[in-house]
Amino acid sequence: MSQRTVREVAKPNENEKMEDIRTPFSEFWRKFKKQKTAIVAALFICLFFITAIIGPYIVPYDVAEPDYDHILEGPSSKHWFGTDAYGRDIFSRVIVGARISLAVGLSSVLVGAILGSILGLISGYYGGWIDNVIMRIADVLFAFPGIILAIGIIAILGPGLYNVVFAVAIFSTPMFARIVRGSTLAIKETVYVEAAKSIGTKDKRIMFKHILPGTFSGIIVYFTMRIGTSILTASSLSFLGMGAQPPTPEWGAMLSSGRDYLGVASHITFFPGMAIFVTVLAFNLLGDGLRDALDPKIDN
Amino acid sequence: MLNYTIRRVLGVIPTLILISIFVFLFIHLIPGDPARIVAGEDATAADVELIREELGLNRPLYVQYITYMKGILHGDLGTSLKTKKPVLEEIKNRFVPTLTLTLFSIFWSVIFGLLIGIISAVNRGKWQDYTGMFAAVSGISLPSFWLGLMLVQIFSVKLGWLPTGGYGTFKHFILPSMTLGAGVAAIIARFARSSVMDILKEDYVRTARAKGLIQKVVVWRHVFRNALIPIVTMVGLQFGFLLGGSVVIETVFSWPGMGSLLIDSVAFRDYPMIQSEILIFSLQFIIINLIVDLLYAVLNPEISYR
Repeated sequence: MSQRTVREVAKPNENEKMEDIRTPFSEFWRKFKKQKTAIVAALFICLFFITAIIGPYIVPYDVAEPDYDHILEGPSSKHWFGTDAYGRDIFSRVIVGARISLAVGLSSVLVGAILGSILGLISGYYGGWIDNVIMRIADVLFAFPGIILAIGIIAILGPGLYNVVFAVAIFSTPMFARIVRGSTLAIKETVYVEAAKSIGTKDKRIMFKHILPGTFSGIIVYFTMRIGTSILTASSLSFLGMGAQPPTPEWGAMLSSGRDYLGVASHITFFPGMAIFVTVLAFNLLGDGLRDALDPKIDN
Repeated sequence: MLNYTIRRVLGVIPTLILISIFVFLFIHLIPGDPARIVAGEDATAADVELIREELGLNRPLYVQYITYMKGILHGDLGTSLKTKKPVLEEIKNRFVPTLTLTLFSIFWSVIFGLLIGIISAVNRGKWQDYTGMFAAVSGISLPSFWLGLMLVQIFSVKLGWLPTGGYGTFKHFILPSMTLGAGVAAIIARFARSSVMDILKEDYVRTARAKGLIQKVVVWRHVFRNALIPIVTMVGLQFGFLLGGSVVIETVFSWPGMGSLLIDSVAFRDYPMIQSEILIFSLQFIIINLIVDLLYAVLNPEISYR
């Protein structure tokens, strides 16, 4: 959290001691640590990160090697989540798939956030016709149901994980642009921006050094929630055959290939779906917690 | 009110033009020569030239755009590369199944969403609230295709009560509309909870309580009615979400609608079809947003129709 963030002027409170100085971060932490669900979600996400990083080195089975002696086996002590139509261990594939989901979710939101922040900054800072054009285009992009926009982009670029990242990033962009534009409009009027202008600081420096850090608290909630949505959308696209292609152990693609065995081996679809669900749930719960902790109106 | 309506309707025009440009450019954004794409992989050079001439692809872009728009306004959306039939004919058959599925989904998701939201708000901080809100955040996080497959697994494969997919009777609607509506029900529940909680803080609610009305009357007569205004807006906006969701759900349940048509078209690289589908999806979305805006103005007496 930046020191430059505008701090609320503390109202005089009789119960408060003078030495109890509240920085924006301690204020945030005071509210955040009370939210048990959000903390559990945050811990789960840490675990998810660790899994994504070390997963491929610790899994008990090779994720690509077929084992035709053990096809479509249900969950057992040897294969915790059972095996698929090629006898591959689903547990290992789900663990390795965490890396793909995390990479796709994180990178698409990051690209969307960067693009959106730059557009929002320009839009809010300069105003006028640039603002009009950018916001109009954002409205149009916003008007498309996200997944249809993504499918349109993939229809142009062709299927594949990189194109999925790009497609998901594009439809995250307008919301970031709106959030950052809103904060920019407010921060633009503050005294320190005025001061920076009066000593002749360049526009670019004011935008990125003085205004952008102030928009972070607004971005961070949306960023967290968006990772969940992006993982969900990316896996939907892979499920539809537009993202990761088999035999990549991507969760959506695994689900798609398990569809044909729903009657005989439903565990093939159950576990990857569960992995998507729990991961997205964790990001959404964390996002909710962050929102409540950063919202100055809520005080629990 | 009339003025407001006219202004809102006219306000849609720039958006429509932008979308039509995006959709028009679609076929030009695909890497490669559009004429060759339309002609197919194994067409001869002469065939490709013929198609280029026929579709006017050798003319300047703005002329092509005007021709394209003229076609659209006359109901000509091009010819499907897959079936060689007019795109409009194909889409016409797919429109009703998607619309009915969407309406079904919105119907039950509104009922469940409102119920969960109101119960949670009234019992704020109690177990009903925690259960309701946990169910809601789960609903938002569920991959719809997975939920669909699991419901099929339980109700069709195991119990044999409902068909696994297809279109026709009422029974065919149950699983797809439940799957499609789950996410929306969750969003409505969360939203309804916060709107009801806002209204519960109002003075007139305190007055109603102070004059001794029982909880039920306060909630239904005073709170619910007033909370409805923002909720109506929210429900309208969710239509777009459902349209997007239909793409995935229709594939899961082999539903003969717009969504599954879009997926098939992408797989087949039937570009004129994809182009028109995206156009129609966005048109629907814009029209719905417009209706919601106007409805909001009708419902909310505080809004000024300058």
